[in-house]
Amino acid sequence: MSPQSDPGAPSRPADHIDSVEPDAAEASVTGPKLGFVGWVRFGWRQLTSMRTALLLLLLLAIAAVPGSLVPQRSSDPNGVTQYFDDNPRLAPILDSVQMFDVYTSAWFSAIYLLLFVSLIGCIIPRTKHHFEALRARPPRTPVRLSRLAGFTERELPVSTGSTSDAAAEASIDAASKQLRQAGYRVERYALRGEPSVSAERGYLRETGNLVFHTALLGVLVAVGFGGGFGFSGQRVIVEGQTFVNTLAAFDSFNPGRFFNDTRLTPYRLSLENLDAVYETRNQDAIGQPIDFTAHVTVQGQQGEAEERTVKVNEPLYTHGTDVYLLGNGYAPTITVKNAAGEVVFTDAVPFLPQDANLTSIGVVKVPDGMPEQLGMVGFFYPTQSELTTGAYTSSYPDLILPVLTLNVYEGDLGIDEGTPTSVYTLDPSTMEQLTGGDTGVDSIELKPGETAELPNGLGTVTFDDATPESSSTDAADGDYSQSVPRFASFDIHHDPTQIWVLIFAALILGGLLVSLFVPRRRMWVKAVTKPDGRVVLEYAALARGEDPGLEEAVTSFADKHAGPRPSPVE
Amino acid sequence: MQLTLDEISILCVYSAMVVYAIAFIAFSIDLAKRSAAATAATDAALVEAKQAVAVGAASDATAGTGSTATAAPGASARPSKTAAGTGTGAVAYGRSPSLRVGVAMTVLAWLLHLTADVTRGFAAGRVPWANMYEFALTGTLIITTVFLVVIVISKHDLRFLGTFVTGLVLVLLGVAALNFYVSPIPLPPALQSVWLVIHVFVASASVGLFALGFALSVVQLMQSRREALLDTAKAAKATFLATLPDSVTLENLAYRVNIIGFIMWTFTLMAGSIWAEKAWGRYWGWDTKEVWTFIIWVVYAGYIHARATRGWRGSRSAWLAIIGFSAVLFNFTVVNLFFKGLHAYSGL
Repeated sequence: MSPQSDPGAPSRPADHIDSVEPDAAEASVTGPKLGFVGWVRFGWRQLTSMRTALLLLLLLAIAAVPGSLVPQRSSDPNGVTQYFDDNPRLAPILDSVQMFDVYTSAWFSAIYLLLFVSLIGCIIPRTKHHFEALRARPPRTPVRLSRLAGFTERELPVSTGSTSDAAAEASIDAASKQLRQAGYRVERYALRGEPSVSAERGYLRETGNLVFHTALLGVLVAVGFGGGFGFSGQRVIVEGQTFVNTLAAFDSFNPGRFFNDTRLTPYRLSLENLDAVYETRNQDAIGQPIDFTAHVTVQGQQGEAEERTVKVNEPLYTHGTDVYLLGNGYAPTITVKNAAGEVVFTDAVPFLPQDANLTSIGVVKVPDGMPEQLGMVGFFYPTQSELTTGAYTSSYPDLILPVLTLNVYEGDLGIDEGTPTSVYTLDPSTMEQLTGGDTGVDSIELKPGETAELPNGLGTVTFDDATPESSSTDAADGDYSQSVPRFASFDIHHDPTQIWVLIFAALILGGLLVSLFVPRRRMWVKAVTKPDGRVVLEYAALARGEDPGLEEAVTSFADKHAGPRPSPVE
Repeated sequence: MQLTLDEISILCVYSAMVVYAIAFIAFSIDLAKRSAAATAATDAALVEAKQAVAVGAASDATAGTGSTATAAPGASARPSKTAAGTGTGAVAYGRSPSLRVGVAMTVLAWLLHLTADVTRGFAAGRVPWANMYEFALTGTLIITTVFLVVIVISKHDLRFLGTFVTGLVLVLLGVAALNFYVSPIPLPPALQSVWLVIHVFVASASVGLFALGFALSVVQLMQSRREALLDTAKAAKATFLATLPDSVTLENLAYRVNIIGFIMWTFTLMAGSIWAEKAWGRYWGWDTKEVWTFIIWVVYAGYIHARATRGWRGSRSAWLAIIGFSAVLFNFTVVNLFFKGLHAYSGL
């Protein structure tokens, strides 16, 4: 910050285009004699200079690029796993420099933290200076206006019976009044008997600039804290099932640093049904999703159950949390009986969609009730069709011809040690495959309502028809439309500072508009006595920052105040 | 023959491309004529100087003053510093017939383009900017619109930018029509939002402004190079640049266009965040498209800072504007087509 001789000018870093050029000789004298404080001051001045801020901005832009080239753990964890598989040599090297966590990496953080320190170092003195400028009077009228922007002269109209001095006073009075009405702050000066008015406007430009920069800081702080106090969790709910908002009920849960689970408001969220609508008429978009609507009931600890809906662009805000519908799929109901005919497993198992037509993969784990633990890897095709290779695929996402195929494994599921394993994957390394693949035994293939024998006389597996009994037709009649329940994948978030981010964002936009479009300018009107005794009115202005309309503003003010300039012909 | 709305739209797109091509040729001829006019003015000055020498007048007199010549004739008839010193050094140049044809054809192409865009919207039953073909169709329409608006309201005659604008629009429209075309299909649930209308439209509008700012910055760099040559009294070729505004004027114009673009880009980023919160459950997640939107924002913020930094105003900041628009194009093409992310709406 270079202190400037002009108190009305906005304070700026020394290398700002509007600040006074430093004296080279002075700089070279103080250069070699820097003590510790001198060096600190020097370093601080460097950090808060425009050039450093610019450099840091450009560095920030460059540093953000790798995060779009390499998958990020925050937005695409599966992509990162895939990347490690595909590039086993390169990936650990990239990982060692935090390339998979670019936006939380030490180097990226260093850049933006330095940028914000630089920003703070810039805005604090500027804010102080601006408060002083807001209370200061517009500066004294310059002696010579003719050198300034938009300089123009007008004849002073002197009415008969009046002295030119009185007319000049009256005219400057009128100019003051008009300038004040135009939003200028005005101050009268009289220099060697020549009355003048000095006016300044556009303090809002600097205010907007400071608001913009401070609000940027606000966003950073709000985002930093918002992550700390909030949480986000995921939960898959099958039609007819209920979720209670407690820690244990989430499939996955990411708490913020300052979060504790007593903050969770327990409420019940039941998925009544999930309506999926697919395009059926437009030949170019057959099967494209048109609408997903989850019909849910929400019930707090006290109070009535409420019927609500969650849609893709319409999250549900309830009990301090935001519930988003982020995915859906099928959850075939599968029942396994052992050789004795006892039910050892029955559940609606969510199958994860693999493509747009919802070819889905799921896993059934039967830990007890069988001679050995049993696992099944299943493919589900809502509308089965056969490729030329003989493999199955789904050709439409809705339930036209649903088929479930299962490969059976026997052995150790690897869940007994209590190590958490995904419910969506099966580790076959400690198991023996009984159907499909190289076993020579065909995979089990079922339509809703059908039952098949498990190999080796282990028992039976049934793909239950979930069509409600109230329905007039079911799978047995060839109507499969309700035979398989759907699941909804919900994200449940709580972010207490989100509203602050929004407020700061609005301030950023407002500050930006004001700081770029409100012109900061000074204008002077002076009654000057010419050597021949004639009194003329002089008008001129000075831009403080970008001001393309400055000269026009002077001319139009002069025209308004003293009438248009007589054309040279007269 | 019964045409569907979409077929009418396609017909209009191709017609617009033909007319844009004609406009492009007309604008190019105009640039060539500007070069010729600049050369002629230099030659005239040269002849005048020779005549002055022949009649024995002082050869170092300012014989060129009062004429529209770009060069004050010296003994060597080089354009001298005095002529360029005031930042004018410009050859007066009116509006040639080809320039008029260029503008007229651009207006006609714009009408066809607008029809194509509107019929596409009606064919799809929604706003026509929901996949890459439609972004390109609407985005280029906005580029032309911004250009036409600017030549109407600007105090400076910016019609010379027509070559760039019609050329860019023609290329983008051609690529879109040939490679990005998809038939109109309904919106997937994630795009069914009022923010599609706002966010994408404002983004396209800021792209239109950045494109114009880019063109102005490029011309500014060319002009300032020419001015530097004139300043060092080296021979600068008489090119169309002599008929254009000086580099400072071009820079100021570029800045004004770019800051409006920047404000719209800021809004795009914020509107996108609000929409992302509704559709994806978080307002910011460093998705590839979000990353590039952020990068573009930071680059243009850098541009605005650079212009206020001593030693950076002028050519250096112009380079930042050029990098900024390159990032915009990269974001629209490479990021859309080849990068993995949530903004997977190219429809390809």
